[in-house]
Amino acid sequence: MSKYSVIGTRVNMVGGTDKVTGNAKYTTDINLPGMLYGKILRSPHPHAKILRIDTRKAEKMVGVKAVVTGKDTIGKKQGIWRRFPELCDEEILCRTKVRFIGDPVASVAAIDEDTAEEALELIKVDYEVLPAVFDPMEAITEEAPQIHEGVELNINVNRHIEWGNVDDAFKKCDHIREDQFVCSSQAHMCMETHCAIASFDYNGKLTVWTSTQSSYYIQVLLMGMLGMREGDIRVINPYTGGGFGSKFELDSAQFCASLLSKKVCKPVKIVLNRMEEFTATKRRTPMYYFLKLGAKKDGTLLAKEVRVITEGGAYTAMGATALYLTGFFSSFPYKYPNYRYDGYRAYTNTQTSSAMRGFGAPQSTFVGESQLDMMADDLGIDPIEIRRKNGMTPDYVVPGQAFIQSCGLHQCLDKIEAHIKGRGKLPPNRGIGIAAYGFMSGGIFNWFDTPYAFSAAIVKINIDGKVDVFTGANEIGQGSDTTLSLICAEELGVNFDDIRIHSADTGICPADLGAWGSRQTLMSGNAVKMAAADAKRQLMEFAAAKLGVNIVYDLDIKDGWIHLIDRPERGVSYFDIVKAAIRGKDGETIIGRGHYTPHRKGMISPAYSFGIQAAEVEVDPETGKYKLLRATTAHDSGQVINPVGIEGQLEGAIMMAGGYGYCEDQPHENGRILNPAIGDYQLIRSLDMPETNILEIDTYEPEGPFGAKEAGEGLTNPTAGAIGNAIYKAVGVRINTLPITPEKVFKALKEKEKKEKKKKKKKK
Amino acid sequence: MKEILKIKVNGQSHELLVKPKTLLLEVLRDHLGLTGTKRACDSGACGACTVILDGMAVKSCSILALQADGSEVMTIEGLATGNELHPLQKAFLDHGAVQCGFCTPGMLMSSKAMLDENPKANKQQIKEGIDGHICRCTGYNSLVRAITDVVKGEYKEVK
Repeated sequence: MSKYSVIGTRVNMVGGTDKVTGNAKYTTDINLPGMLYGKILRSPHPHAKILRIDTRKAEKMVGVKAVVTGKDTIGKKQGIWRRFPELCDEEILCRTKVRFIGDPVASVAAIDEDTAEEALELIKVDYEVLPAVFDPMEAITEEAPQIHEGVELNINVNRHIEWGNVDDAFKKCDHIREDQFVCSSQAHMCMETHCAIASFDYNGKLTVWTSTQSSYYIQVLLMGMLGMREGDIRVINPYTGGGFGSKFELDSAQFCASLLSKKVCKPVKIVLNRMEEFTATKRRTPMYYFLKLGAKKDGTLLAKEVRVITEGGAYTAMGATALYLTGFFSSFPYKYPNYRYDGYRAYTNTQTSSAMRGFGAPQSTFVGESQLDMMADDLGIDPIEIRRKNGMTPDYVVPGQAFIQSCGLHQCLDKIEAHIKGRGKLPPNRGIGIAAYGFMSGGIFNWFDTPYAFSAAIVKINIDGKVDVFTGANEIGQGSDTTLSLICAEELGVNFDDIRIHSADTGICPADLGAWGSRQTLMSGNAVKMAAADAKRQLMEFAAAKLGVNIVYDLDIKDGWIHLIDRPERGVSYFDIVKAAIRGKDGETIIGRGHYTPHRKGMISPAYSFGIQAAEVEVDPETGKYKLLRATTAHDSGQVINPVGIEGQLEGAIMMAGGYGYCEDQPHENGRILNPAIGDYQLIRSLDMPETNILEIDTYEPEGPFGAKEAGEGLTNPTAGAIGNAIYKAVGVRINTLPITPEKVFKALKEKEKKEKKKKKKKK
Repeated sequence: MKEILKIKVNGQSHELLVKPKTLLLEVLRDHLGLTGTKRACDSGACGACTVILDGMAVKSCSILALQADGSEVMTIEGLATGNELHPLQKAFLDHGAVQCGFCTPGMLMSSKAMLDENPKANKQQIKEGIDGHICRCTGYNSLVRAITDVVKGEYKEVK
């Protein structure tokens, strides 16, 4: 029998019935009485001075209710890295200068969308076009135009990580490889575009309904940009159509709608269209990667040196975090005794690159796992073996960076090795490639500078024993409402259906940093567990009195039965005790409170997930076309709380990460993105989707609720690398730039053919 | 400049005044308040706005409302019978084929039209049937499993 009654069971997603019946109201579905519709005018130039904005004609147009420009703002720059003012570099409504095609310059609210759209055409903006720079390697040269005042060589942030003695260690290596890689961009492509309804009332209070990954961040960032008080702003997160990293910074829809609403005291709704979503929101960070890897003959990795230049785009956003994490995860999941990372984020006149599922780790895993296979090949060692030799183990310490507690990497390796053996001898042009990975369970560093605990929760027990959970955690489709409800039900010993969860409404829920960095299962989960335990303790006082038990006996609740742990048959109904407890407390509702902030400041994360994925591909050597046939993943995410949710995360990650490896890209020319429509943006559809298998590894993470840890993003990391390695196994060519398109494979095959012919000629 | 549109939606007849350029999607969402049908790409490329028009799955963002004059439309709001979910809705829930849920209404309407036409659809046909839809969350395989279980008769329809 499982020691748990609720967690680990298969349940229907909270809110699922609303979603399958069309009753789920997303921000875009909400309409308020008297609501206006907003549109945003954006820069057509990658880099230009704003000389003048004339809005008079637009203001006079029938149906137009308000027009705002940078002049209507309080003139502040914002950024999510609030602790570092120099990284708060985005005005949202530009006052003097635009820095990418899509930078907002004005916004209109009108009686309908058509009128707002027409009014945009009446706004006249005089620009003085400036020279622009698009490639990060050019941006960091003396000749490049300066994008932000005072930022020399356009270097926005740099990051250094080092331990051991790298230079000495390279001298002791038997073999050293130096390789270069280029990682492309990727669009989040949430099905629901960014949108917000802002309603500012005559009492000076602002309510914002928005599609967001963090209601709390939006509340605080709006406070700063509008010069309001935090408590006067309420951010509500209705059903949200995906986030993937794109929705936890303040965006133009939220800011412009709020500013417009403040001007007219009417609700204003702004929904970005798909073109804006592709060109004017944020995206995955493109990176140039330079790697040096040294090993002993037996495959022991001695040293790694990593240099990265990232294409930052116009603003900092979460790009600073991506730069740090790609450097940290470049060492993952191996025990490098000597390691050095230098990363530079360059401003460019392109769309800002920022957080996206995996947060720098899909890039580092693609390059690292490709190079590791190349090293194994050079040394004549099996790819599994080199990973086994160097892979992290439980209780490993990454010097100055991380304390690993649970780590199921080696069990994962065993399972994947067995899987590969089970596939037997493959037909020609088929190959299986592997890639190992790890990821964090939320970040520790407080760059947002919040005075609150990182997660908090309130658990309220009602007279009939039903439970309300209040959490600031954001449900964006990933299933956090379900996971947190399961945790609460388990801790309280009630059924999953007894829980009703209220999440991510800053007016009624305690602050929580939101859904990013795979933090909510562990952090919000711990807060909910603590709140449930607090409520439970209050019941236990009454249960102990009722049962007349000796003080040495411990009580617990399971399936609605409060009982002695050692004598489960002796107990009392949970429902009776709830009634008794509420009466006994002068009718006061039972409220439990919980919070969680990770300790070990300065370290990356409280816990790490691990895994390995095997990708099987079949290449057509005539055309370079290949098919991703099968992706098998052994994944250690600690105790599984919500198995249906984990399956969904895993399979969904393969769609997104496979797309990153195979086809997704956002090429731009002179700062203009060339494929800003779903029809032109290639991604994996159902016919391209491989077979997926999950091999669960059973571990227990001491820091997580019931032993759970990350399960959402880590899975985005391995697929591109596994595909690259599989193609090499299949046809012997190696592609060092993402995405690995059939065209690149075809060219590499032709190149290989030429070389082989030359060799043959020489032999003759 | 507005014209009269006569349309039956989920069994109910409507007579509306619409502009010639109004899309079927806009009539459903903005005139009738049936916001279950989603707008996601504006270009007929993602399938989120799929409804059933006279028995056929169509993308309501790519049809002018007046083109549907005299037609019968079924949207996601019409899929359940009373308080009983349709087998496809149940199967989607059980298989975790719903995450953010934004593509779900369109995906369900396509699946229904597909199974109405071919109740014995096999795995490949199901994959083809939903290939016009983008789901950014699930990776499609859970959708295929859910629809397959409905084909197998694991979920009985309420008559």
